[in-house]
Amino acid sequence: MKFVSKLLGGAALFCAVAGTTAAFAADLRIGLQDDPDVLDPHRARTFVGRIVFTSMCDKLFDINEKLEIQPQLAREWNWSEDRKTLHVKLRNDAKFHDDTPITAADVKANLERAKSLPDSLRKSEVASIESVDAIDATTLDIKVKSPDASLLSQLADRAGMILSPKAFTDGDFGQNPICSGPYKFVSRVQNDRIVLEKYAGYWDAANYKFDKVTFLPIQDTTVRFANLRSGSLDLIERIASSDIEAAKSDNKLAFYPVTGTGYQALTINLKKGDKDSFPIGHDKRIRQALELSIDRNAINEVVGQGVFTPAYQPFPPSSFAYDKKFETSTRDVEKAKALLAEAGVERVSFEIAYGNNSTSQQVYELIQAMASETGFDISLRPTEFAALQSALKENAFEVGQSGWSGRADPDGNIHQHVTCEGNLNDAKYCNEKVDELLNKARGISDQAERKALYDEVQVILADEMPIVYLYYQPWPFAARADLKGFTAYPDGMIRLKGVSLGG
Amino acid sequence: MLGLLARRCLVVLPTLIIVSILVFGMQKLLPGDPILALAGEDRDPQTMAYLQEKYRLNDPIPVQYAVWLKQIVTGDFGVSVRTDVPVADLIFQKLPVTIQLAAFAMVVALLIGVPAGIISAVHKGTVTDYSINVAALSGLSIPNFWLGILMILVVSVQWQLLPSSGYTSPLEDLGQNIRTMIMPALVLGTGLAGVLMRHTRSAMLGVLRSDYVRTARAKGLNERTVIIRHALRNALVPIITLSTLLFGELLAGAVLTEQIFTIPGFGKLIVDAVFTRDYAVVQGVVLCTAVGFILMNLLADILYILVNPRLRDAT
Repeated sequence: MKFVSKLLGGAALFCAVAGTTAAFAADLRIGLQDDPDVLDPHRARTFVGRIVFTSMCDKLFDINEKLEIQPQLAREWNWSEDRKTLHVKLRNDAKFHDDTPITAADVKANLERAKSLPDSLRKSEVASIESVDAIDATTLDIKVKSPDASLLSQLADRAGMILSPKAFTDGDFGQNPICSGPYKFVSRVQNDRIVLEKYAGYWDAANYKFDKVTFLPIQDTTVRFANLRSGSLDLIERIASSDIEAAKSDNKLAFYPVTGTGYQALTINLKKGDKDSFPIGHDKRIRQALELSIDRNAINEVVGQGVFTPAYQPFPPSSFAYDKKFETSTRDVEKAKALLAEAGVERVSFEIAYGNNSTSQQVYELIQAMASETGFDISLRPTEFAALQSALKENAFEVGQSGWSGRADPDGNIHQHVTCEGNLNDAKYCNEKVDELLNKARGISDQAERKALYDEVQVILADEMPIVYLYYQPWPFAARADLKGFTAYPDGMIRLKGVSLGG
Repeated sequence: MLGLLARRCLVVLPTLIIVSILVFGMQKLLPGDPILALAGEDRDPQTMAYLQEKYRLNDPIPVQYAVWLKQIVTGDFGVSVRTDVPVADLIFQKLPVTIQLAAFAMVVALLIGVPAGIISAVHKGTVTDYSINVAALSGLSIPNFWLGILMILVVSVQWQLLPSSGYTSPLEDLGQNIRTMIMPALVLGTGLAGVLMRHTRSAMLGVLRSDYVRTARAKGLNERTVIIRHALRNALVPIITLSTLLFGELLAGAVLTEQIFTIPGFGKLIVDAVFTRDYAVVQGVVLCTAVGFILMNLLADILYILVNPRLRDAT
């Protein structure tokens, strides 16, 4: 026993002597929920990858908190009268991380790569581009096949990130990216860290205060939060709802909630079975009854701790297409029962497939209980994420969880999801009128005119209800209290301009 | 001894082939299309078709297996479809981390488990014995993830003694490397210490009842010499077997601990690879782990012979 107690005493002493380390004030350590995938904006697919790119790769445009287009590498821009040519004037002081200047020819090479690289995941985002002409070193014309109102916002994301053409023709860009942002790539250890350092040649370097930025993927939300509290991290994304109270009450921490551009919803498979075997897929009154059974405020309060802002439409409150008038639905069990009676059914059974995590589990258990009062017998099928994606794509589900990370332009939140041939139309919903309105909205620049078209679509969707929107995807951040100048954006990205620690 | 080694080596090859077929076949049974995992939110059909072709997923499974096997034989483990990093590089990057964690955990387990087992056996039926048994059972029953999170909250958040997670290479900063390894090694090691304690205790009890121990005591040797020099040496054989097997298991079995402490080792790599359907990584890492396990078994056989001379004659 003496030996054991000596051993334990020795270990405790070692721990005490070992102490802990704190990063220098000029370093920033950011905790991410996942490990990013390949560090090539044209081929990348993860949300956390976009967060890293935001510090590493400048885009032609950026957005502000109101989702309005802002200049970044593009200094000025305007559309031709027929809205088929976008004239862009680039900054003349922007450089790649290898110190070579960024020219219109580089931008052309990038847009062509995003369009033509066989495994580019940006193809659909730049599909409207027909050709790109470099007029001179800092001027280019982007010609589109037909007017595309969403193009600017697409170019304010990964599709508009400008990489060194020399680096991407060398073949290992994903491992040694050379971009044009305020921080340049230093090293990466998969599943462990991505290290960036300040690029002294950046055109706006004076507004970036950190010498080094380290991204650390920590999947467990409790552990990520504990790392922030212990001082091992300075800023974390997607704090768990259960930790929000602790973050708010800790005076060493600051909490930054923001309602995102994306949403969580229930997609109903309209092509499954027939009216007898799967009535909810074939009778809109039953879908309306389901929607009326759900109390979104309860989900927000019970599971979301106030950050799951209820969603009744695909557009977030920060979007010009959002309209409060569509937030009319409140839980009404009696009306829902009446709709079921009108549809000639008393009880309706179906299964909800959803991603297997504790938040989704709580949300769908709540929906199961709420809908049961109306007459729905819901069975829950928690599914691993990749398997859920396959089930949705292959039509092997009844009702499924659909989560969308959101886009700055309203088109990105609706077109592919509800048009007849949309890639993401898992409900297999098809209405020619909806297709016509959404295609028309794509080609108009005036926001009021576009909104009127989206309003028309929303009226149809609220009636036919292929998707029941539940809540907007929140991007709650938590940081050290002495992190100054940080703003949480609706797109969930971390923009470090003007952000500093201490003082 | 050489004959034994030769026989063991002969078993290695068919074992590896069976493992490779099992790994390859079983991951194909996983639900979920790997191309969907690669295609991102937008699921562009053109890109999906290209990726399907690029990773030869249209070929029949036996053809895919044969292509992969041919690559492995030439030392090419393929490339991670998620990050473009060659699988061999990932293995060389992660293996030392996992080996270090496993070694530290084994040191903790051996330093606690073996002495505790000896003390418990020597003081059989006393309060000390019961106390150690209770402690061992606690070590076995407390889940790693719970203990890990608790340690982070107490040691890192409250006391601010050790970094809560992450990993630093010993070549970069040895002190920081040890600091980051203490808590994960303790979490893993205390669980294993319970197992080792129980086995040491029962092995020691068996040996302490044997005639030669009684003779040693009758000769007037002091108790410490009897236990350490005579009894423990014979009791070590099952402990060595168990330790090497536990070490082998740790190579891919420290998943939860690696996840909680964000140690970028094999366990974390393989879990992430399974979730993202990164087949090349899963296959490479599992194969490598199987080789590690087989080598640990071989090491156990060799240590057996070194500790117990009677086995040398038997071989």
